Amino acid sequence: MNSSLGRPNFLNRQSFIELNARERANVLMDVGSAREFLGPFDRIESPWLAAQGITPQADDGCVVIKGRIAGQAAVAVALEGAFQGGSIGEVSGAKMTAALEFAAEDNARGIPTSAVILLETGGVRLQEANLGLAATAEVMNAVLMLRRHAPVICLTAGTVGCFGGMGLVAGLASYVVMTREGRLGMNGAEVIQEENGIEEFDPSDRALIWAIHGGEQRQALGLVDALVEDDVNAIASAVQALIRKGVPATHRSSEIDLYRRRIQSLDPSHQWEPREFRNWWSNRLAEDRL
Amino acid sequence: METIELTYPAKRRISKHAHVGVVGSGDLEVLLEPAAEMTTQIRICTSVDGFSTTWRAVLDRFAAGYDGAARIEINDAGATPGVVSLRLAQAVEASEK
Repeated sequence: MNSSLGRPNFLNRQSFIELNARERANVLMDVGSAREFLGPFDRIESPWLAAQGITPQADDGCVVIKGRIAGQAAVAVALEGAFQGGSIGEVSGAKMTAALEFAAEDNARGIPTSAVILLETGGVRLQEANLGLAATAEVMNAVLMLRRHAPVICLTAGTVGCFGGMGLVAGLASYVVMTREGRLGMNGAEVIQEENGIEEFDPSDRALIWAIHGGEQRQALGLVDALVEDDVNAIASAVQALIRKGVPATHRSSEIDLYRRRIQSLDPSHQWEPREFRNWWSNRLAEDRL
Repeated sequence: METIELTYPAKRRISKHAHVGVVGSGDLEVLLEPAAEMTTQIRICTSVDGFSTTWRAVLDRFAAGYDGAARIEINDAGATPGVVSLRLAQAVEASEK
């Protein structure tokens, strides 16, 4: 209990996770600066879903908002996790790629423009197969292009999480912001079970899933730059702070030798528990820095 | 997937667009925009087949209380009639704000 009304703190915060993709992208922008590109009334939707008997969404589950964050030009691209699991199809992928490429062009023309990608996605949309895979490669290319000029911030608040090819995109981001509710990885629990059996990964064990893919573990492994509460203000300030920080001296994905050495010294014959692994990894992290 | 089209008479022009909802399980998105003709045209695209009678009943009731000349597009992912009515009310409210 903290406020004069005697309400516990969690009642005073505004949940970010409960917002849809459009609302999420909008609340990150400085007040009055947001402008949407290719919104639902432009009807740039997937031409493939209806042919397969699936209801499309007018914006293909990808929201592009241009505006200012912390006074600086920025573009936010949000995937709608509730629509087809936030999956990347031909259209949603092209929207994300184009937004990042335009931001890179703006930087080249002397207008510093950073990007926030809000990833709630299982990765490639299976119904659009190869087009989704190609889109993922294009998004990765665009992130690499943009991050030389300005920070690309990946925000995975939850609860869908960020997996598959988009998990790799997150790996390329300049900074990663997560909540404890968010999840980040490449193969999700269900995929691992399907491939290697329930002994390998039990997707009904939610505590296990979050112990491995959850924001807290990811931060402890040094893969997350800001672990924040599910609160609009907390998340917006974390994003603003990272934009002010600018391009990092070294991107995490460039530290190939460091990660290769660390993985080589890992004993895969041992059954690692998430917490044990976290301790081992962070001790290694301390040694690497010596 | 099934597509249903319904048209109702309208009495007044509207000037604003409104978009609400998400095509997520048990939910729907509504796109409401001004129409050139003096009618309310509704096009429903639903993931669940065989409920056209229910859709007609829900939309008849909506049209009884709405007289704007609008083109309304609904993309539905299995919303219940209650959710459909609430989303429509929300779209109308947003377009008349």
